[in-house]
Amino acid sequence: MLSSITRRGILAIYAVIIIVPLTVVGFGSFKSTQELFAGPFSLPQSLSPGNYAEVIGGQDLGSSFMNSVIVTAISVPLTLFLASLAGYAVSRLKGFMSWAIFGFLVLGMAIPAQANMVPLYVLFGRLGLLDSLAGLVLANLVSTLPIAVFILGGFMRTLPKELYEASSIDGTGPWRTYVSIALPLSAPSIAAAAIFLFVIHWNELLYPLLFIQSPGNRTLPLALLSFQGEFQTDYPLLFAGVILASLPVVVAYVFLQRYFVAGITAGASKG
Amino acid sequence: MSTHTGLPAKRKAPGSPPDVNANKGRRRSPTRVNPALYLFPLPAVAVIAFFLVMPTLQAFQYALTDWNGFSAAFNYVGVDNFVRAFTNDSLFTNALMNNLKFVLLVVIAQTFFSLILALLLTKNSRGSVLLRALFFFPTILSSVSVAFIWKFIYDPNFGLANAVLGGVGLEALQSSYLGNDAQALYWVAVTQVWFHAGQMMVVYIAGLQAIPRELYEAAEMDGANKWQQFKSITWPFVAPATSIVVAYTTVQSFKAFDLILGIAGNPPKQSLDILSTRIYSTFANSEFGYAAAQSIIFMAMIALVTWLQRRLLRLTPKGE
Repeated sequence: MLSSITRRGILAIYAVIIIVPLTVVGFGSFKSTQELFAGPFSLPQSLSPGNYAEVIGGQDLGSSFMNSVIVTAISVPLTLFLASLAGYAVSRLKGFMSWAIFGFLVLGMAIPAQANMVPLYVLFGRLGLLDSLAGLVLANLVSTLPIAVFILGGFMRTLPKELYEASSIDGTGPWRTYVSIALPLSAPSIAAAAIFLFVIHWNELLYPLLFIQSPGNRTLPLALLSFQGEFQTDYPLLFAGVILASLPVVVAYVFLQRYFVAGITAGASKG
Repeated sequence: MSTHTGLPAKRKAPGSPPDVNANKGRRRSPTRVNPALYLFPLPAVAVIAFFLVMPTLQAFQYALTDWNGFSAAFNYVGVDNFVRAFTNDSLFTNALMNNLKFVLLVVIAQTFFSLILALLLTKNSRGSVLLRALFFFPTILSSVSVAFIWKFIYDPNFGLANAVLGGVGLEALQSSYLGNDAQALYWVAVTQVWFHAGQMMVVYIAGLQAIPRELYEAAEMDGANKWQQFKSITWPFVAPATSIVVAYTTVQSFKAFDLILGIAGNPPKQSLDILSTRIYSTFANSEFGYAAAQSIIFMAMIALVTWLQRRLLRLTPKGE
């Protein structure tokens, strides 16, 4: 349908539309505003870390970075743990109960977080979870548990039942079977779900925006958003913030690319 | 005693199930279910019941009140909040119309564009694999980061878009982009497609690669041209992928909250206000009862549009 030249042309143009802005942001994060406006595409005159020092120290993005690390490092494994426990039970239980538990947990995917924000805010207020990292961990768990159960439970249901039956005849309890059979066999699906959750939790903006009051409790996306008002056109500073906020995800993408594609696509196809 | 002590030795793509064929035709073992198994889903069920289901039900209750979120007393006002949203709140109807327009734009553009990218990159050559990784890349960035990148592209004075247009002598096409209220939503739609087309491309590639090559060979022998092949083989066969792409893109663009706040500021100006940002503003304005009612309309809109699309997609030809 498309000749080879048209094909190459479209692909090349789109590649440029992706690469050029990213390069401009990378170069720009080392420039002054005047230097950026004078030549957005040129290499920076020096690799002076001035903008980075300013965002990390002066604007305290360093502590927001740590907050994001803490929240994500707890919420991703916690979500995986609860989801895999549920997925495992669903894969071993039979008939109506299996179906009912799975259905109940997965139905939550139909409730968009933004539709739930008022009552969740009220509930978190009553529980004293507003303005705390613990509250953000819990919010991440609540919002992604249904899809995590869908991905992991969907996978575990396809594991051959004989594996479980053999171990239960050997007298192994369900916990041992979970740890030594279900989890190792589900490793690829867990890795894909972990990446999917990592990207969502790391980039989460809505809950921090709703819950966090003190600047000391901000996560990266919220801290970045607050830049927007203060430094309307100080693009180099915004760019340094963008690079800092994206770095962990980008590094992970370079090394674990196939899990990214599998995880985010699994999330999409099942969401 | 089991013949399944060995694990599937082949390396599998992550997410794909191990062999289940061995399971076929075998009767379920009569072993009793260990009651301890019922403990395993308890934590997840408790979290969902307490923090998702209960609050959602409460939203319906709040929606019928004039509660401000703080005072102990509030009144039940019936469906007043819903009536107000549709008849007496131009900010809300504006956000609703913007959101529907945005969803329509993004769904059409993204579905079309991600299918084209997928068609161009179906073959597993080294170049294709590299480009797929590149096109997918923006998806992993945070919405706020993408918003900042595009704020600079769209900057009317110093931005990349106008610099490029000026550089190639197309000053006539220069624009103030987000500054132009009539165009702003379209430009954010462009950003949204740049952000997520690569993700949908991957969904399409999986669908395309599952089409048996023999079909194309047979069609070619019958003298079918490329367009005929697309129409009668490719399109019907990727119908399941299309419905995934359309459904996912719909929900994603209904929820473009982060991107809008990052690119337009908080609160966004009217021409860029969508439902989720409007709900947030109502909430921040301490009108909890009204914000809850808006949330319910929001959920209903997502459900309605998704249902309409399913109906529409069913009209398109399906594979056998």
